[in-house]
Amino acid sequence: MIRRLFVVLLLFGLAAVFAGLMASYSPDETLNLSARYYAEHTAQDIGAANIVTAIIVTFRGLDTLGEVTVLFLTAAIVGLVLSHGRREGRGSGRELPPAGELLTTGTRLLVPLILLLGAYVFVNGHLTPGGGFQGGAILASAILLLLLTDPLRRISHRLITAIESTAGLVFVGIGLLGIFLAGGFLDNRILPIGSLGELFSAGAIPIIYSFIGLKVGAEFSSMLAHLSETEDL
Amino acid sequence: MTLLIAMSLLLSVTIVAAAILATRSSQSLAVSILSAGLVSLLASVQFLLLAAPDVAMTEAAIGSGLTTFLFFFVLGRVRGGEHD
Repeated sequence: MIRRLFVVLLLFGLAAVFAGLMASYSPDETLNLSARYYAEHTAQDIGAANIVTAIIVTFRGLDTLGEVTVLFLTAAIVGLVLSHGRREGRGSGRELPPAGELLTTGTRLLVPLILLLGAYVFVNGHLTPGGGFQGGAILASAILLLLLTDPLRRISHRLITAIESTAGLVFVGIGLLGIFLAGGFLDNRILPIGSLGELFSAGAIPIIYSFIGLKVGAEFSSMLAHLSETEDL
Repeated sequence: MTLLIAMSLLLSVTIVAAAILATRSSQSLAVSILSAGLVSLLASVQFLLLAAPDVAMTEAAIGSGLTTFLFFFVLGRVRGGEHD
């Protein structure tokens, strides 16, 4: 009883805090200082039509490197924890009922389309909303669909590891090239900026974001594959 | 503008309703997982209304796509363990 009262009181407290925030909120008439800098300088300095991508990959590129590292560590820890209960070979576990006709046919139709959408999202990250992280998650959802259809399917860990480490090395390598050829670490102007709104524009951003997409997709896929391979603990 | 605010309010109410549905313990876990996915899906529409399409894509792909499927995956695994 006292616990429930406490919960209700807590909810009312939160409601009061949010109501205060709502009441004191007034929308800005103009952009603030850093937002105005990004809005005015992105098109001419970076050449990316999508300002969010310019901020993520170039202005705040180091933060993105940190994010990718965190995701890599997560995938590594999931692999470490789950590798104990690894199932040996195919079909040594209990028999699973076959996936339905709908799921099997749907998977065959959808997986190439989902992979294509994922690649489209991260290749066009500097032009349209989305980018490496979103595209990578979409790639991984295609792998998830494959695993749902056939839970005993094995996805080559060697391939996933190769993609992931190559992508990570290329990302850091392009960042380091920026120190020598352009203004600093992860500067995108090591390649010509090109004209705004074209696929091959914005310097190194499409390359960096494509490799981030591959890396994120490989990391999510390795987590899913580890989960799928684990024997019941 | 008024239409936008009305849609946002309607979405918020639906999100809260779905969240309450997800946390009720009297029903099956599958319904809970589905309503948690619904919360993410509606949140991504909300982000879209707030002119943040990048965040909306992340929310839709990871929050409502991968997480929901992952929960179902684990749910199937745990149920499989029960019967052994």
